[in-house]
Amino acid sequence: MTEGHSTLSAMVFVDLSLLTMLFLVAIAMLRSRHLFAVVMLSGIYSLLSAAFFVSLDAVDVAFTEAAVGAGISTVLMLAGMLLTSRREKPVMPGRAPIAMAVVFITGAALIYATIDMPAFGDANAPANAYVGKQYVERTPNEIAVPNIVTAVLASYRGFDTLGEVLVVFTAGLAVILLLGFGSARGGREVSDQEDE
Amino acid sequence: MMEHAILKITTKILFAPIILFALYVQFHGDYGPGGGFQAGVIFAVAFILHAFCFGLEETKKAMPQKALIIAMVIGFLFYAGTGVATMLLGANFLGYDVIDPDSTHHAGQHYGILLVEWGVGVTVASTMLTIFYHFTGREPDIDQEDW
Repeated sequence: MTEGHSTLSAMVFVDLSLLTMLFLVAIAMLRSRHLFAVVMLSGIYSLLSAAFFVSLDAVDVAFTEAAVGAGISTVLMLAGMLLTSRREKPVMPGRAPIAMAVVFITGAALIYATIDMPAFGDANAPANAYVGKQYVERTPNEIAVPNIVTAVLASYRGFDTLGEVLVVFTAGLAVILLLGFGSARGGREVSDQEDE
Repeated sequence: MMEHAILKITTKILFAPIILFALYVQFHGDYGPGGGFQAGVIFAVAFILHAFCFGLEETKKAMPQKALIIAMVIGFLFYAGTGVATMLLGANFLGYDVIDPDSTHHAGQHYGILLVEWGVGVTVASTMLTIFYHFTGREPDIDQEDW
């Protein structure tokens, strides 16, 4: 009993410290005008989110977040940053009342919505009842793979995943078309006119 | 005199284990976390690390852009082709059970998942590298001073 209690408080401590760090990193990103620092902080933010997903037992999501969010996105943001200036233009604070109003109203609506959310791990929550429950019950008999996430992704929702692969493929195609495949320069060392 | 010797040697040592880990994630998606999407990204990261340390031109020699475009198409067609194959065998699109209908433990599902995950992995890895090549290839290598 005491052991279970101490594990629980340890989990709460881990969750709280992860969320606090997420919050601090987000504030630091907002305040920094140095784009390199912002890109690095966004990588840290993704890594912290991945750690938080692990504590929520969503290891597949955590894995994707760590690989895509913290890995590839950071690299692509760095590559994109090299094509622009290194510093964000300074913004005068307090000059955007409409934006402030929109942010506050949306934030208040979101916080209000969380009051209606089911508790974490609630067996009667919509995510755990209906179709989710069916997947958990049927996968051992119908697909017989230990990882239910893979069973849903590649078998039950195989057609969806085909669409996702098509989206990734289209993204690559769009980048090739926009950034010049087949040009005489072969997409290398384009010397655009530099605006000062 | 070799510049950034530690970085280059570390990259050389790490390159093969990263590829190996990508293949592990690719083929153990049924049993643990991971699958084609994550494996593809990890595979691409190995080459991105290579490009960071040895320059983009060196990486393009190891993994040419044209091969990547072919791989992008092959990956997607491999996935869609698995679906068409199951249709030709008389089942629904992506109905894997028809691959091994006599199996008592749904071996057809295992094969089918393995095949489509392979398609996912190939497409994701080649697309990520293509995007990286095109973003990074737009400017000459930056000076040490610019960092």
